[in-house]
Amino acid sequence: MAQPSSCAQSSNGVADESPNMLVYRKMEDIIARMQDEKNGIPIRTVKSFLSKIPSVFSGSDIVQWMQKNLNIEDQVEALHLGTLMAAHGYFFPISDHVLMLKDDGTFYRFQTPYFWPSNCWEPENTDYAVYLCKRTMQNKARLELADYEAESLARLQRAFARKWEFIFMQAEAQAKVDKKRDKIERKILDSQERAFWDVHRPVPGCVNTTEADIKKSSRMKQPHKTRKSVYGLQNDIRSHSPTHTPAPDAKEPVLLSSLQIQHWQTQLDRHRLKMSKVAESLLSFSEQYIEYDPFFTTPEPSNPWISDDVTSWELEASKEAGQQRVKRWGFCFDEVLKDPVGREQFLRFLESEFSSENLRFWLAVQELKKRPIREVPSRVQEIWDEFLAPGAPSAINVDSRSYDKTTQNIKDPGRYAFQDAQEHIYKLMKSDSYSRFIRSSAYQEMLQAKKKRNKNIPFFVIKNMK
Amino acid sequence: MEPQLQGQVIRQLFFLIGATSVNSILLRKDLCSCRKGMLSSPHQNTPRHREILCFLVEMAAQPSDTLATLKTESETLKTKLEEERAKLHDVELHQVAEKIEALGQFVMKTRRALKGHGNKVLCLDWCKDKRRIVSSSQDGKVIVWDAFTTNKEHAVTMPCTWVMACAYAPSGCAVACGGLDNKCSVYPLSLDKNENLAAKKKSVAMHTNYLSACCFTNSDMQILTSSGDGTCALWDVESGQMLQSFHGHAADVLCLDLAPSETGNTFVSGGCDKKSCVWDMRTGQCVQSFETHESDINSVRYYPSGDAFASGSDDATCRLYDLRADREVAIYSKESIIFGASSVDFSLSGRLLFGGYNDYTINVWDVLKGTRVSILFGHENRVSTLRVSPDGTAFCSGSWDHTLRIWA
Repeated sequence: MAQPSSCAQSSNGVADESPNMLVYRKMEDIIARMQDEKNGIPIRTVKSFLSKIPSVFSGSDIVQWMQKNLNIEDQVEALHLGTLMAAHGYFFPISDHVLMLKDDGTFYRFQTPYFWPSNCWEPENTDYAVYLCKRTMQNKARLELADYEAESLARLQRAFARKWEFIFMQAEAQAKVDKKRDKIERKILDSQERAFWDVHRPVPGCVNTTEADIKKSSRMKQPHKTRKSVYGLQNDIRSHSPTHTPAPDAKEPVLLSSLQIQHWQTQLDRHRLKMSKVAESLLSFSEQYIEYDPFFTTPEPSNPWISDDVTSWELEASKEAGQQRVKRWGFCFDEVLKDPVGREQFLRFLESEFSSENLRFWLAVQELKKRPIREVPSRVQEIWDEFLAPGAPSAINVDSRSYDKTTQNIKDPGRYAFQDAQEHIYKLMKSDSYSRFIRSSAYQEMLQAKKKRNKNIPFFVIKNMK
Repeated sequence: MEPQLQGQVIRQLFFLIGATSVNSILLRKDLCSCRKGMLSSPHQNTPRHREILCFLVEMAAQPSDTLATLKTESETLKTKLEEERAKLHDVELHQVAEKIEALGQFVMKTRRALKGHGNKVLCLDWCKDKRRIVSSSQDGKVIVWDAFTTNKEHAVTMPCTWVMACAYAPSGCAVACGGLDNKCSVYPLSLDKNENLAAKKKSVAMHTNYLSACCFTNSDMQILTSSGDGTCALWDVESGQMLQSFHGHAADVLCLDLAPSETGNTFVSGGCDKKSCVWDMRTGQCVQSFETHESDINSVRYYPSGDAFASGSDDATCRLYDLRADREVAIYSKESIIFGASSVDFSLSGRLLFGGYNDYTINVWDVLKGTRVSILFGHENRVSTLRVSPDGTAFCSGSWDHTLRIWA
């Protein structure tokens, strides 16, 4: 298979490829397998009324081949992938402009590598005009322009009114060249050319697969590779990609290397867990939360999106915490902190133990981190006065190291001034107050109370049934 | 001692001193007059500081010698890191997952279709009220929907096309968006339908290239952004001041996600350099990085427990990385999937991973077993964005076919 020389392979192989190229390469690998003489799709010439149809294969051939060779179980999936490959222009139906795959006897033909999208085609409208013009010169009923093509031609004639004579001449020249070709060869080439334009000027309503994500476009627009002219007309001057201004000068490389080394060293020093432990942890987490996952356990009374009934959302918003919700607080400390009702219950519990200042401090510092930067210094002072200053009304107990650090931080107040103290208090609450909360009668009652209510019909059976 | 050797020793000593000073200045903020570290903020990156640093480092040795040695050292450390990571790899996740039951068939259908965008939908975000959605598109429009009723509640026209990022504020009272304008702007949502939202627009973030993602950090007052200029940054909404910037990616940063923890201060980002990095928001340092993808990383999302995250890439795979094991622990791929994954998200329990792909489909993966559970057809062009709702009852996908679909 001839590969056009403009598609140079980078020395790193895959490494430097733009994302689109990666996909094209994969599709081309599949095409290569499809065209393999031994294991590929059988290509044949079909005799039809008064003529031969060269070099075709049927839609169902493709689907069957894909299911067998690409490990696809589902026919729908094979059809979908096949349609995508057709839409990108790797094979096409010989008698339809719409590029899609049908699982029946419809005939398809492979596209010639010259026209493959990996050649970075960006054909100009002038080329399209030449092509449409050429088509009108061919006196064959089956080559008549479709409606949308006729409209395009009219539009282009208006747009290129001044150049039209030149375009017409080009079209004539192309038509002459075509006439000289062998009849069968011409049939094949005509269909391939038509398929090329079906990709780059698709039927209205069809997806234009040449559209690119603008974030990646800078790497796809490789000026020396992009081919804009199909019929040898003047190339336009390359323009800059809209998303990329030229990269700033490379930063001092020695500095960057030193930073990299620092980075690797920090990562090397980090403590790692064994895979088996991690896997167990992931499994148990999923297991624990599966009853809360609406994709596995239908929410009470129903999933609003399916039943159109918002009761479950209303229940969630109410202050009443259902048993399932209460149970969740027992999973870990963070669950209590996340749920506003959980926080409230925990606060009440702490108040009963006269240690609510810990939670209030923690909440205040969380709040501090969310304030606009302008308010930070005053809030820091307020929190200090309330919780940490000597003689503070809600004095909290922090270790001396955190206390000293915080005293330092206060002098230059920032959002993280209380970070150490907050971490210490968090650990304290988690290891001490939280475990007592979960074992407390108040919590257990909430857990049981709902259970009692959920217990249904009292169990006595009337046995005198004769 | 030979004079040459002497010279080398002196040079090495000098370099050691120079490098140590470089380290101190970079990492100890109290030694230098600017608040944040040296290279953390391009706007406060005074030329004078850089000059001093460069002078110190360059003076210490021959630039070409040192660069080569440094590079080799860097490579050696990197290889060593890979070795260390591999040592604890005693079993595969899917092997451990063999003991749990396989998932049955799921019935997931489109429950709502949101039509109204005039061009490709590029980004979406859910409101905390579990029913509202903000979405942005290529034609510059940002629309706020009540997805439950499919009504459009607000619409804003941005002055630029390709609005690639949008986010809903936690309070539900504002949305942020940006794209080719290199900025992130915040629009307060007013209850008055007739009010022109564009008039109250507030420009917050300024980058030197397109904005690829934005996210509020648990409060209406701060926004985290990522950009095509290779950096991420944290901004104070009210003043527009940059609070912290994050440098480390070698190419465009395409996505980011905040850690779900109550106490955490970290987020993960992914970029065109095939790397995903975990950052400490307080110090601006990259604390962990992973480089196993073969192409751009389009989307990153934390596992619900915060101990792991998934990434979707143009190499047609999604991968799961665990932060405690410090490595990639699963790859989600199939021979028949050749188009890139543009967007990923987890179900509430983390058992399912939903991936939106450039082949117009959504693949649903069993996270633990590594197998595909379901493939969802429906969109007529690329799926560009996908998010699970805050309570996990549904997920929404946005596509280049101009529509959004709610699946449950």
